[in-house]
Amino acid sequence: MNPFAYSRPDSIDSAIDELVTEPAAKFIGGGTNLIDLMKENIEKPSRLIDINRLPLTDIVELPDGGLRLGALATNADTAYNPLVKERYPLLSQTILAGASPQLRNMATNGGNLFQRTRCYYFYDTSMPCNKRKPGSGCGALNGYNRIHAILGTSDSNPLTTCIATHPSDMCVALAALEAVVRVEGPNGERTVAMADFHRLPGNEPQYDNTLQPGEIVTAIDLPANGFAQHYNYLKLRDRASYAFALVSVAAGLELEGNTVTNARIALGGVAHKPWRKTEAEELLVGKEAVAANFRPVAEKLLEGAKGYGHNTFKIDLAKRAIVRALTEAVTMQKATPQ
Amino acid sequence: MTYIGQPVKRVEGADKVTGKAKYAAEFNVPDLTYGYVVSSALVKGKITSIDTSEALALPGVLEVFTHENRPKTAWFDMNYKDMDAPPGSPFRPLHDEKIKYSGQPIALVVAETFELARYAASLVKATYEQEAHETDLEAHLAEARDPAVGVASLLKPPPPKPRGNADMAMMAADVSIKARHVHGPQHHNPMEMFATTVEYGKEDKDGKPYLTIYDKTQGAYNSQLYVAQIFDLPFSHVRVISPYVGGGFGSGLRPQYQLFLAVMASKALKRSVRVTLTRQQMFTFGHRPNTVQEVELGASSDGTITAIKHDAKAATSQFEDYTEVVVNWTGMLYDVPDTTLTYKLKPLDIYSPLDMRAPGGVTGDHAIETAIDALAYELGMDPVELRLKNYSEKNWTEGDKPYSSKELRACFYQGAERFGWKERNPEPRSMKRGHNLVGWGMATGIWDAGRLFARAEAILTVNGKLRVSSATADIGTGTYTIMTQIAADTLGMPIEDVIFKLGDTEMPLAPFQGGSMTISTVGSAVKQVCEDLGKKLLKLAGKDAKSPFYDANWKDVTFFDGELRLKKDPHVSMKLVDIVALNGGRAVSETSTSMPNPLVSGKYSKHTHSAAFVEVEVDEDLGTVTVKRAVTAVAGGRIMNPRTARSQIIGGMVWGISSALQEDSKMDHNYGRFMNHNLAEYHVPVCADIHDLDVIFVEEHDDIVNPLGAKGLGEIGIVGMPAAIANAVFHATGKRIYDLPITIDRVLY
Repeated sequence: MNPFAYSRPDSIDSAIDELVTEPAAKFIGGGTNLIDLMKENIEKPSRLIDINRLPLTDIVELPDGGLRLGALATNADTAYNPLVKERYPLLSQTILAGASPQLRNMATNGGNLFQRTRCYYFYDTSMPCNKRKPGSGCGALNGYNRIHAILGTSDSNPLTTCIATHPSDMCVALAALEAVVRVEGPNGERTVAMADFHRLPGNEPQYDNTLQPGEIVTAIDLPANGFAQHYNYLKLRDRASYAFALVSVAAGLELEGNTVTNARIALGGVAHKPWRKTEAEELLVGKEAVAANFRPVAEKLLEGAKGYGHNTFKIDLAKRAIVRALTEAVTMQKATPQ
Repeated sequence: MTYIGQPVKRVEGADKVTGKAKYAAEFNVPDLTYGYVVSSALVKGKITSIDTSEALALPGVLEVFTHENRPKTAWFDMNYKDMDAPPGSPFRPLHDEKIKYSGQPIALVVAETFELARYAASLVKATYEQEAHETDLEAHLAEARDPAVGVASLLKPPPPKPRGNADMAMMAADVSIKARHVHGPQHHNPMEMFATTVEYGKEDKDGKPYLTIYDKTQGAYNSQLYVAQIFDLPFSHVRVISPYVGGGFGSGLRPQYQLFLAVMASKALKRSVRVTLTRQQMFTFGHRPNTVQEVELGASSDGTITAIKHDAKAATSQFEDYTEVVVNWTGMLYDVPDTTLTYKLKPLDIYSPLDMRAPGGVTGDHAIETAIDALAYELGMDPVELRLKNYSEKNWTEGDKPYSSKELRACFYQGAERFGWKERNPEPRSMKRGHNLVGWGMATGIWDAGRLFARAEAILTVNGKLRVSSATADIGTGTYTIMTQIAADTLGMPIEDVIFKLGDTEMPLAPFQGGSMTISTVGSAVKQVCEDLGKKLLKLAGKDAKSPFYDANWKDVTFFDGELRLKKDPHVSMKLVDIVALNGGRAVSETSTSMPNPLVSGKYSKHTHSAAFVEVEVDEDLGTVTVKRAVTAVAGGRIMNPRTARSQIIGGMVWGISSALQEDSKMDHNYGRFMNHNLAEYHVPVCADIHDLDVIFVEEHDDIVNPLGAKGLGEIGIVGMPAAIANAVFHATGKRIYDLPITIDRVLY
């Protein structure tokens, strides 16, 4: 761990100022990922700007019927918030499928967006990794890649190859719910749709998201529709808790009788960002909510998927998981061990 | 009051949960410095340069030790051999520029604070010249060869010579089955990381220092021997203390490199030094080896097994021939005239493997006990019935010795009864619950019930307290508690008046805690020394001609309720505290040695047995496997403490679930490096994975194993579980999954 300076601004403006003045600094919220990364010599911030004193912990209702989640509200406070539980049970279920109680008590909503990949090669500084050290290569491509991405990967140029996944559970539900990330920066406020917040590796795998220099996430806005009647987060992993998803599915359905009127599906554990495809969701609209109609949706979502050996099983597993997640979202009988 | 057999609570429990119990990295000594290890990125080759200048330039960094500037240590291999060293040439940290495995320590940074040492370590830059490496066992199976034989072979006998003609018998068999199993490596990963705190004491007239070493080890004397031999120090100068071990599982049977580095730095700098490894570095030394097994069984249609072939090929390092007993168990469980058991090693560019809970046993048992299950299906027989039909009454691998005790039948009967086995429909895929397939499987377990030599000391203080000690360890098995129970019962004292101490080379010699031998070895020594102390007390009590004990012999007396009593008239008694008072104000002490009598125990084969019954649910669409309940019935001799005994078996069962379903050190053979080297990615079960576990101890009387009649229970709990789980998965799905762990991808594809 490198030596670093530490400061604790009292306002959002001064937090932004500090980051603009010192671009090698990093914000720290719960620190549940950043501190690990610092101990591993992966992140070497010159300064930790502790934002825990900023007034961003509230969860409040929005006039349009939505909900604003403060960036510094903890994952635990969010998952157990009565409004979240009532209107966005998908989000609550998803958050509780991640990490452990201890971590959820520390981790913040804003910080969750900035979790870095769990790729073994990214985490081991003696290994090549284009994300950690641009141009150094990708150890995972021909290595032990069982946990790696099958969609939206970058694998044609050795100097930019990246098959890492985004590790968050919460972000998968946020993607399905079409949350909006509120950002402040030196040029004022802006909003970013969840779908545009994280990015695919492309030619710059070192960048996980589209945040601009000096920007800070202040809140996450949830639209009014929480898909609270028919939803599911199905997470497949190597043990029943405290493991990252091999494949996960966040699903929300609206039904009239047994006919689907609206569908949202996002996948986790398969790409550099939560994976959504609106064409796949549209396939369901007007169809009966039965497994036979879910399979084409799964095929569509996995279109273009590519395995790298150890992780090839994820392609079929993801399809199976989508069908099961949707089936359980319809019945709301959730009996899948996960 | 009799304590043996009672569920006495852990005597050190309160100290552990309140943090009062100190572990190796928690002993604070004045002016402590901190070492941090730099690990090799390369798997094989040599260091061409190592630049420590940036690290050394930091104020507070005392030294960076590398192969270029390390202090001289012993020259001969012999000096580096600890008590558990396999045949070969032990690894020497910082010895030269050669890199022998990925993660090898290449430098030790010592600084005034831990944080500074860690930062400075990140500034050490090495360049390497790479050589081609071999880390993939399966790619090199054809090169496997017989292991070298050494002292370690005494405790780990090689397979017996083939008997009969297994090939011919296999051809003549009515039915036969064949299977191949691959087991990946596993790392022990105890909660407590390896750590050593060396307190640099005064120097003798030759300048040799007295060192007090707090080490994470399963054997304090083993660490002492290692340090004294390598650093040319008299034993009197090296005191090793290790009162608590935060999990061992075998990883502490050999000194690890942080001990060498901490002592080296302390001696060179004349300072106290602590070196603690990181979780990542816990993947850079011993581990359960990668093993490939092939099993063939032949049987006549009535279920009599007529032919066995069991072959194992395991990985070892390029510098030591680490061996395990993998295939011999098959011969012990099934006494078949035409049997061939073989075991070979393939050296690879990895660190030497190291004993890990039921080493070899859990590996070999998985292969043979799934093969027996497959054979039962071929024969259309119940798996329990097939095992009963081929029940061995003697151990041919040890020259047809009878078992000192073997209540395995009772394990089958009682385990099956508790589990409800008779309700089982043997047809695969016949049981369902919701959308899950349900499977029931079972397997036999077997482990050694060995005993070694140990010494113990007992002191009755002037205020009537009994203090017993022996330099064994308690890696969580309950040693503190059970030794206290034995001592209290032997001298008829209330347990509150008895204290047992361990883990210090100032105490009488005991072997390292391993192989499920502590109860037999140290328990016998504790009983012995308390009896010897009792004899001394009797002598003291009867010294005066007027004493009622003047004419009393040992067989005439008993110790009860803190008193010495005449058996024929218990009213004739003397308080122990009053007897000590006759010793002129001094405590009464005794030191005794205890070892098995080879003339008696050598005639028998001594083992623990178990039967594991498991129910799994398999979600066939998604490949998930859940162990919903398991019953293990154990024949482990006399149960000294049902509470700690149950805890040992439950722990073993949980690890069995881990081994069967989750645990795997994943190596990238391109780099020869374990990649999932942290506890987020190296999976072991969490509470949510563990459901209903039940333990039965069957009655088993054994006067041969030791004077207590007790057998060790540290390992038997894990042995049968992986096979029982794999068999249950077959029963659920109709699919045999041969390799472990049985993960989602293996169930589905």
